[in-house]
Amino acid sequence: MAKLMIVFRTAPYGSIYAFEGLENVLIMGAYDQDISVLFIDDGVLTIKKGMDNSGTGIKDFSPTFRALEAYDIEKIFIDRQSMEERGLTMEDFVIEPEVIESGQVEKMMEEQKNFFMF
Amino acid sequence: MLHLINESPFESNSLEDCLRYASKGSPILLYEDGIYAAMAGTRIADRMAGVAQDHKLYVLREDLAMRGVDKLIAGVNEIDYDGFVELVEENKTASW
Repeated sequence: MAKLMIVFRTAPYGSIYAFEGLENVLIMGAYDQDISVLFIDDGVLTIKKGMDNSGTGIKDFSPTFRALEAYDIEKIFIDRQSMEERGLTMEDFVIEPEVIESGQVEKMMEEQKNFFMF
Repeated sequence: MLHLINESPFESNSLEDCLRYASKGSPILLYEDGIYAAMAGTRIADRMAGVAQDHKLYVLREDLAMRGVDKLIAGVNEIDYDGFVELVEENKTASW
């Protein structure tokens, strides 16, 4: 079982990256890999509560993050500094990632066979 | 002149660049990822409160809703797409 990490570092709707990242998580989750998910920088905004896309024609994919547990993806982390710089606390998110410090990020990446930035 | 910002202030310099050149009193409209600049409690919130005093600061409501952003700094004016069109009709625009 390969250790893989998907890193979200962009905001959800300004580009396709975050949505593609989520697709990647779900695809890899289907192959029974050892998957971690990490939210840093503007990536923390992808799991913000309260998105209302009615009338925009654009899919709100934030609820899908709540389904990750069903894929046995339980290693989900968020960078404290990225949250704090954006005025966000754990109550602001649709899921409850484990909070880590920026100094832990590189080590986490090194432990992976592969990691993917979105 | 109306200044348009559609990128996150945490990922891009477009807002900072705009503020360097925008005259006091010129309207600034934040839309798409630009709306994150108007969120309350961020590391740039104090600076943005000053910007909202020096400029008429607008945010596009649809983009706030889509991103789940409901707490804003003081002094921001929410507008909808019709308001966006009106502003563009009334002003020359610069997209940063």
